[in-house]
Amino acid sequence: MDLPTTWFCLIALLWLGYLFLEGFDFGVGMLLPVLGRRDVERRVLINTIGPVWDGNEVWLIVAGGAMFASFPGWYASLFSTAYLPLLVLLLALIGRGVAFEYRGKVDSDRWRRGWDRVIVTASWISPLVVGLVLSATVFGLPLDERGDRVGGWWTIFSVPTVVGALAVCGFALLHGAVFLALKTEGEVRERARRFALRMGVPLLLPLVALLLIAQFTEGSEWTWVPLAIALVAALAGLARLHRWREGQAFALQGVALAGAVVTLFGALWPNVIPSTLDPAWSLTVADTASSPYTLTVITWVAAFGTPAVLVYQGWTYWVFRKRIGTHHIPQVHAPS
Amino acid sequence: MDLLDIARWQFGITTVYHFLMVPLTIGLAVLVAGMQTAWYRTGKLRYLKMTKFWGKLLLINFAMGVVTGIVQEFQFGMAWSAYSRFVGDVFGAPLAMEGLLAFFVESTFLGLWIFGWDRLSKGVHLACVWAFSLASVLSAYFILAANSWMQHPVGVEVVDGRPRLSSIWAVLTNNTVLAAFPHTIFGCFAVAGSFLIGIAAWQIARHHRRSGADDEDRRAWHGSMRLGAWVAVVAFAGLAISGDVQGKLMFEQQPMKMASAEALCHSEAPASFSVFAIGDVARSNCEDVKSFTVPYVLSYLANGDFHSEVEGVHALVPQYQEAYGTHYPDDPRLGRLAGQPIDYVPNLPVTYWGFRFMIGFGALAALGAVAVLWLTRRQRFPEGRWWAPLAVLAIGLPFAGNIAGWVFTEMGRQPFVVVPNPDPSGIDGVWMFTAQAVSAGATPGELLTSVITLTALYGVLAVVEVFLMVRYVRGGFEAVMPPEQPEDSESGGALSFAY
Repeated sequence: MDLPTTWFCLIALLWLGYLFLEGFDFGVGMLLPVLGRRDVERRVLINTIGPVWDGNEVWLIVAGGAMFASFPGWYASLFSTAYLPLLVLLLALIGRGVAFEYRGKVDSDRWRRGWDRVIVTASWISPLVVGLVLSATVFGLPLDERGDRVGGWWTIFSVPTVVGALAVCGFALLHGAVFLALKTEGEVRERARRFALRMGVPLLLPLVALLLIAQFTEGSEWTWVPLAIALVAALAGLARLHRWREGQAFALQGVALAGAVVTLFGALWPNVIPSTLDPAWSLTVADTASSPYTLTVITWVAAFGTPAVLVYQGWTYWVFRKRIGTHHIPQVHAPS
Repeated sequence: MDLLDIARWQFGITTVYHFLMVPLTIGLAVLVAGMQTAWYRTGKLRYLKMTKFWGKLLLINFAMGVVTGIVQEFQFGMAWSAYSRFVGDVFGAPLAMEGLLAFFVESTFLGLWIFGWDRLSKGVHLACVWAFSLASVLSAYFILAANSWMQHPVGVEVVDGRPRLSSIWAVLTNNTVLAAFPHTIFGCFAVAGSFLIGIAAWQIARHHRRSGADDEDRRAWHGSMRLGAWVAVVAFAGLAISGDVQGKLMFEQQPMKMASAEALCHSEAPASFSVFAIGDVARSNCEDVKSFTVPYVLSYLANGDFHSEVEGVHALVPQYQEAYGTHYPDDPRLGRLAGQPIDYVPNLPVTYWGFRFMIGFGALAALGAVAVLWLTRRQRFPEGRWWAPLAVLAIGLPFAGNIAGWVFTEMGRQPFVVVPNPDPSGIDGVWMFTAQAVSAGATPGELLTSVITLTALYGVLAVVEVFLMVRYVRGGFEAVMPPEQPEDSESGGALSFAY
């Protein structure tokens, strides 16, 4: 495999890491009012992701930075074309990050309710935008021969991209519920499990639709394999959850997501963004890749950096592996 | 306003705002790590209190630094896509390195530090705060390496009119970043030092003035204040030395930036340093400006020689015109600038006063820190009522100095976004005008929407951050040292720290 293709796979891997990790913390945010009836329960929910959400979000920053370094043309065209959706994503991520940190800093119900609203809204908006933008890169954008958008900001909306938005959002919801069933105890765990079992299939429908659209419009024969793996793993995950095996269910969600990402990026290759105006103007892996030297440099960086990241982030999850219940939550202690 | 103006305002606003949080985070993180080390080694309660108090303020500030940082990375692609395409082969590498080698460490170990108080052994927990703070310093290095490449492109060759990376080592050891990095880091410590002084002074004045020297809390505040003052003084010495090195490099690499920093119209030998000026420095004939100068100093600053010649704006413009053209290309994507003459002189009032404010605010903060060291010797604390409010106000000085420094650096390289360097160590032939860098695919409406929403959100969040900071500062040590909670035998203890 040549360097540009390797980096295409690595970019897919970074997006997979991002969707897997921040997927569940988006889900936790979305489920805050659904599964957390009392404030102490909402704090249980937030504390399941407390130590890790920030590290999860860095996967987005690294995915963006790595696209910039390895495929500047891809990064430039996608980000400038999806200007407004990405602005909305930025606003949501700003609000969300601040809300986690600031929510408990003042002991007042009004204060907490306000930040809860920010967390919930932002956690819904973010996966929708991520899904929209990622599926736009798969299904194409109206790009001219220089890679600039022709037409207004709304051109990013099409049936496949809207399905893509719903797919990531639905997956995040389910993923968050399974994560909570794995990470909490008592009533919250019960509720999360029931929610995942009851809503699992409907929540996965948009993702299945997205994969089928991608397969039939852009897919190759081999992409049927990851697609099938995604479907089987998703259903198997729900079955394991039914048997109270939350850890296995969570891992199978990951396998399903991996299958989905491979299907989508497999359908995209050898393009990085198809042009919907003229196939000749499509941005390709070969055309947008950085020079071999740059790719070699960042390959070395990734070869040393990525395993280290996996080790210490994995260790974080190990340190905070215990389930959290309401009795773990200390009383509020903030300056009056 | 056209696309270019809006994009530039947006970059300026978001960058300046981001850079209000970053220096405090970097400086304070290292100091908090030091405080926790002192607690680890001595076991004294006051060091634990200091760690928790300053650590809490660090967290309040860090949250804002992180979330505004994502905007920085995204807007290269969003608003400056032509720039991203042009320099991606070079500029993306340090950015990706920052993410993979520094930012992951920073965010992961911060989470471990916050939530690990009762989960990790003391030694491992201490290692986490050091990992976090050193990674934030490393993070600054990579970003500055990327920025320094824009000021002084190195390590590339030109292929098909685009720079192509030929040596990452050259980019990471660019003499420009080797000078800019210590200068920026010392700037971060100046901010953190003044922050400690101001808040500790306020606490002592408010609660502890009359209590005896044995009062544990008073000693902790006094210690914080002295620590802050030492840090600020050492930082200023470092700023002066690294600033001088950086200045000499810039006279060589970007003579126009430095000439405009002095509003120096005509070449002079020996050249005098202008301390301040009365009148409009933007008038390029220079006749109406009364400048108060110190002879020989500018020659020394520029070349390390008191009698050397320093070139003025009028002498430089023809050189730039000859090397980089007199008119912008007739490309409709350049908007109103297409086919227009290129103005090689940056905004003179901004560069002139930016340079002076940077030095002036920094020096004022350092003087204050020296005064603090004298006034607080041997557990003393001055009696005057004016004292503490003044120390609180002085927190703003190094912030203002930092901002002025960045505005000067970035505005001083206009009209270029990537500055050509005719000197032997740089690579001539790689440059880009700011007007060519902006996204052609995005519309002024989109950019205007984002400037307005981001600025409004940043404004609201600034109020929230200051509100929370003030609350925790008022709360003092009590607000961060939770009362002992009854042990829950069933669960193995509650989280001592939770959201």
